[in-house]
Amino acid sequence: MRALFLRDLVLALRAGGGFGLGLAFFLIVVVLVPFSVGPSSELLGRIAPGVLWLGALLACLLSLDRLLAVDWEDGALDLLATSPLPLEGVIAVKAAAHWVTTGLPLVLAAPVLGVLLNLAPQGYGVLVLSLALGTPALSMIGAFGAALTVGIKRGGLLMSLLVLPLYVPTLIFGAEAARRAAEGQDPATPLLFLAGITAGVLACMPFAAGAVLRVNLR
Amino acid sequence: MGGFCALSCSGSDIVMELSVTDLAVGRGGIPLLAGLSFGLARGRALVLRGPNGSGKTTLLRTVAGLQLPMAGRVEVGEDSVAYAAHADGLKAALSVAENLRFWAAVFGQSGIDAALRAFDLEPLAERRAGQLSAGQKRRLGLARLVVTGRPLWVLDEPTVSLDAASVAQFGAAVRAHLGHGGAALIATHIDLGLEADVLDVTPYRAAADAMAATDEAFL
Repeated sequence: MRALFLRDLVLALRAGGGFGLGLAFFLIVVVLVPFSVGPSSELLGRIAPGVLWLGALLACLLSLDRLLAVDWEDGALDLLATSPLPLEGVIAVKAAAHWVTTGLPLVLAAPVLGVLLNLAPQGYGVLVLSLALGTPALSMIGAFGAALTVGIKRGGLLMSLLVLPLYVPTLIFGAEAARRAAEGQDPATPLLFLAGITAGVLACMPFAAGAVLRVNLR
Repeated sequence: MGGFCALSCSGSDIVMELSVTDLAVGRGGIPLLAGLSFGLARGRALVLRGPNGSGKTTLLRTVAGLQLPMAGRVEVGEDSVAYAAHADGLKAALSVAENLRFWAAVFGQSGIDAALRAFDLEPLAERRAGQLSAGQKRRLGLARLVVTGRPLWVLDEPTVSLDAASVAQFGAAVRAHLGHGGAALIATHIDLGLEADVLDVTPYRAAADAMAATDEAFL
């Protein structure tokens, strides 16, 4: 398991596009927002939590379609399936590696991008906390989507259609927590819901993903 | 996957690595082979022959546990199969040694030197797998079998894109594996220079309507 995790990290680093691509996409989306809604700082500050969350979610989605497709194309997935590692573990480890290469940089970059959107000063801490709590669920749900569509040519679009609706609860509570904090309200309730959703996803999704992957490999 | 069968399966005192009973296999719900029965003892190799599309790959995938049999049983020791198919599962961005070390770690083994030596990969150990030729990649894919440490090799056309010298190397590696009490089930069209039993799957071809429609695709 550790070997697989390290291999995925090394591959993301060497192949390029692992750490950088999602982050650059996040940056560009956030920079484009003032161009589209106008430079009113009061308006930008109001929509900042939602925009940052939506940007992080889309950036996360960007690299998901290659999560299992690469291993499927070069035959490594078949070989992993016949190895002593359980497929559930393989999926969970790959989702964890995806989070470290995509989700974690987004979490760390979000405060910097918050400045670009004139996010209220009291909102930064909770924004980072909500992203840190929510993005692991995004990676894990995305791994489930990747397992569902593995082996389908051009499956990336189909995967996005399947996965985006599943992202809704995480997006609602994550953006709500950040918005409440920015407006000076208590963000505890949405944060607790967000943490609960993530915990549930991390507990259940590896098994669902392992099951669909087993069917897909047949 | 079938039950555990490390000891004798059929009452004889030969130690069987693999035992297949009345097996029927199919691809995408279409039956390909039916009524297959064979055993494979330790130290023996079995070569599968048959024309393209006759179901050799499907049979090997079933034995490896990647798909379920349509009927019959595959009895193979738990965690005993090392499977190698057309694709080698190599990562172009990793070096030869890193690729092998990864698979060794996955299979809980250590030490890749023997595998590098068996397939003459030592001079290439630090080269990226993406820069290897097709034949060199294939040798690396086969070297992976050595680092798995598993007793039953299930090989699908292992000699594709190998030159004559490499085929001889591969034959030697299989012989060494058999000599250590391993077994090998190989689908191939060329002569590997092994003392192997040959099973032609052509007579076992399933009639297209011999099986009732299955819901395998939904299970």
